Amino acid sequence: MAVKRIRLPLSHDDVRGLRIGEVVSASGPLVTGRDAVQMRALDYHDRGKVVPKELEGATLFHCGPIMARGPNGWTVVAAGPTTSARMDKAGPEMIRTFSVRAVIGKGGMSQDVLEAMREVGCVYLAATGGTAVSLAESLPRVRGVEWEDLGMAEAMWLLEAENLGPLVVAMDAHGNSLYEDVRRSLKRS
Amino acid sequence: MSVIKLPESIEDVVVNLLRLANTKLPQDIGWALESAAAWEPNAIASTQLGAVLDNVRKAGLLGRPMCQDTGIPVFYVKGGYDPSIADAIARGVERATREIPLRPNTVDPLTRENDGRNLGRGMPVIHHLPSDGDYTEITVLVKGAGSENMTRLGMLDPSDGVAGVMRFVVDAVLDAGGRPCPPGVVGVGIGGMADECVAMAKRVLARPIDEENPDPVLREMEEDLFVRLNGSGLGPMGLGGSATVLAVRIDKAHCHTASLPVAVNIGCWATRRASVRLGAGDAVYSQGAWL
Repeated sequence: MAVKRIRLPLSHDDVRGLRIGEVVSASGPLVTGRDAVQMRALDYHDRGKVVPKELEGATLFHCGPIMARGPNGWTVVAAGPTTSARMDKAGPEMIRTFSVRAVIGKGGMSQDVLEAMREVGCVYLAATGGTAVSLAESLPRVRGVEWEDLGMAEAMWLLEAENLGPLVVAMDAHGNSLYEDVRRSLKRS
Repeated sequence: MSVIKLPESIEDVVVNLLRLANTKLPQDIGWALESAAAWEPNAIASTQLGAVLDNVRKAGLLGRPMCQDTGIPVFYVKGGYDPSIADAIARGVERATREIPLRPNTVDPLTRENDGRNLGRGMPVIHHLPSDGDYTEITVLVKGAGSENMTRLGMLDPSDGVAGVMRFVVDAVLDAGGRPCPPGVVGVGIGGMADECVAMAKRVLARPIDEENPDPVLREMEEDLFVRLNGSGLGPMGLGGSATVLAVRIDKAHCHTASLPVAVNIGCWATRRASVRLGAGDAVYSQGAWL
């Protein structure tokens, strides 16, 4: 299957150009963030506290990696996507507040999130669950870490991707969801 | 020159077991994934299975955990009861967390505090299976949260019968969708009381999937569910396709005449396990569990 190369961060036009069912590989900066980052980012924003600037227009990777600190700084040991549905509740607010352009995760997100993606211009890219070694190899540089006090899995890691993929465009900015399509045609006989 | 060989301690054995389970996929699971990839007609699904196989190969070569969720290890200890074994296993888990490394996953359920050692109240999880053999077997099943969170227990009405049980399993797997990282192994417990029912559904995940179920009725149910689930269209990671499960494993126990408990516990594509047999000689390791 043809794999389309995309450059991060994505522009509004880049996002609108992606359709469900396409397979891409991504290069450029991204940030990790899951339950705890989402809660703190929205809480800080509400209270007018400073939030790391990397979140604005970000590619948000739902991932709790295993990291190692060596003589030359941090390296990514294992980094696969986590279940995105856990981030459903605050997902729409997260996308609207920080104009998140892409979410990388697994398992998909709710209809409310899909609506926010359509409104803001954001796509959901499904990484293959559990493929932590391959994905870590495509994250060769660690630019830094924010909110390290949240713990290794929950901190916001600022990473640089090189041909990260395959990523399946599973929810697009036009209101389409591959998960929904699959769910509707499931045979339960 | 004489060589003095020190016996491996239980702590060492546990570190080896966790390293083996986390970095090397059991052969039966690997073969099932390869055959699923060979049969898969859906293009997107093929990219997913290809990525999984590629990742398994790299993890083995580099000796790294194949998934970042190194889960919670569940230990099954078969043999005479040794009260010191729990402490030794705990020391092994703590060391493995540092050395392999494993992700520190265990937290207080309410405060969510994590002390980084993968220990804490109720940890490690150890099930003792008493036996009078002259050896001890330790099997570890590595269980990540993505699949564990999809666990379902149903206290069905006895009148729901076999058809009700089948329906319950199909719904549990299809409602879970892509969240437990399919295609994996579906563990099913039928009967017992609520706690034993769920325990059975998890314990069967440690059985090699190429080993036939000795009970012909359960075997037929396993095969029927396998065909139904792989014909559902859910596919790898819930993105559509054919490969939805690698195997279905069922066990049963007698239950109350007014009950029909059914439990489903799913193992992701990385259904990770390793066993060791400790007797008079050297420790013998295997990934085809003896459970």
